[in-house]
Amino acid sequence: MRLRNSRLLILVGAAAIIVGLYARWQKTSNGSKSESRKVQKQAPDFTLPLLEGGQLHLSSYRGKIVLLDFWATWCVPCREETPHFVELQNKYGDRGLQIIGVSMDDSPDPVHPFYQQFHMNYPVVMGTADVGAAYGGVLGLPIAFLIDREGRIYTKHLGATEAAVFEKDVVALLGAP
Amino acid sequence: MITRIFVRALALSWLAAIISLQAVGQASSVPSSRLMTPEDLVKLLQSGKEKPLMLQVGSHMLFLQAHIPGSEYAGPAASDAGLQQLRKRVAALPRNKFIVLYCGCCPWNHCPNVKPADDALQAMGFMNVKVLYISDNFGTNWVDKGYPTVKGE
Repeated sequence: MRLRNSRLLILVGAAAIIVGLYARWQKTSNGSKSESRKVQKQAPDFTLPLLEGGQLHLSSYRGKIVLLDFWATWCVPCREETPHFVELQNKYGDRGLQIIGVSMDDSPDPVHPFYQQFHMNYPVVMGTADVGAAYGGVLGLPIAFLIDREGRIYTKHLGATEAAVFEKDVVALLGAP
Repeated sequence: MITRIFVRALALSWLAAIISLQAVGQASSVPSSRLMTPEDLVKLLQSGKEKPLMLQVGSHMLFLQAHIPGSEYAGPAASDAGLQQLRKRVAALPRNKFIVLYCGCCPWNHCPNVKPADDALQAMGFMNVKVLYISDNFGTNWVDKGYPTVKGE
């Protein structure tokens, strides 16, 4: 009886490890492919409605380092990135980082509960196809742009990106004269 | 006794792993026989043969920015409302109609739309459905390749 239990234990354990490894592989194979590009062009200005009411003008953040994140509630990699952005805002907000979320959801309805659930501590605006096009087309999510204090795009990150990559760029920009 | 508890805990973790795997990889479970590559669809569209009905079943915001010429927006299939819109669009069509579903909102393994859309059409009895395999997103695997697109509705 004890021998049978031991065999079962080994079998279930091995199955759990295999399934876990496969799930991890699935998640990190073509599911999390990311690409970062250096860009040196002026970030297109926009005025968009804030989720919580009012308007946000991108140009009013000149002088700050802006991390502009195009995302949506239905985008799984975006959900994974959000807690890291909350952490980055907490960590570097005092030094001049401002994260701005641009929701590409078709309606604000699912965005409100998401905003509460993830304790988002940065402004979220509702995006438009025109703003997406101005940024070269937001034809897949997530896409994030890091913008320097002069309003120039420093880097573009396409796809789910490691938090350490964002942090490295933010620190580099914050340290720049 | 301890062994029994341990076995149960492992079995539960195994079940949880399977459930999470299914949640992550929905699109991955579309049978490969029903997948179509962007290259093959472009060749078909350029061949002069009868074009399939192409339905975008993802984000409207993405559709407005760029979509395949001749394709229609059919609602986000991850939602009940979107599925209803899709079913309504195809309800009157013959069940042998050639239909191509596509999304491209996010990497294939994370797409929440193509699998429910494919399932809905299978359940309705459509026998000639293909799902466009977009590995990264519509921008990378279609627009950046120089394949034809149009904007707006």
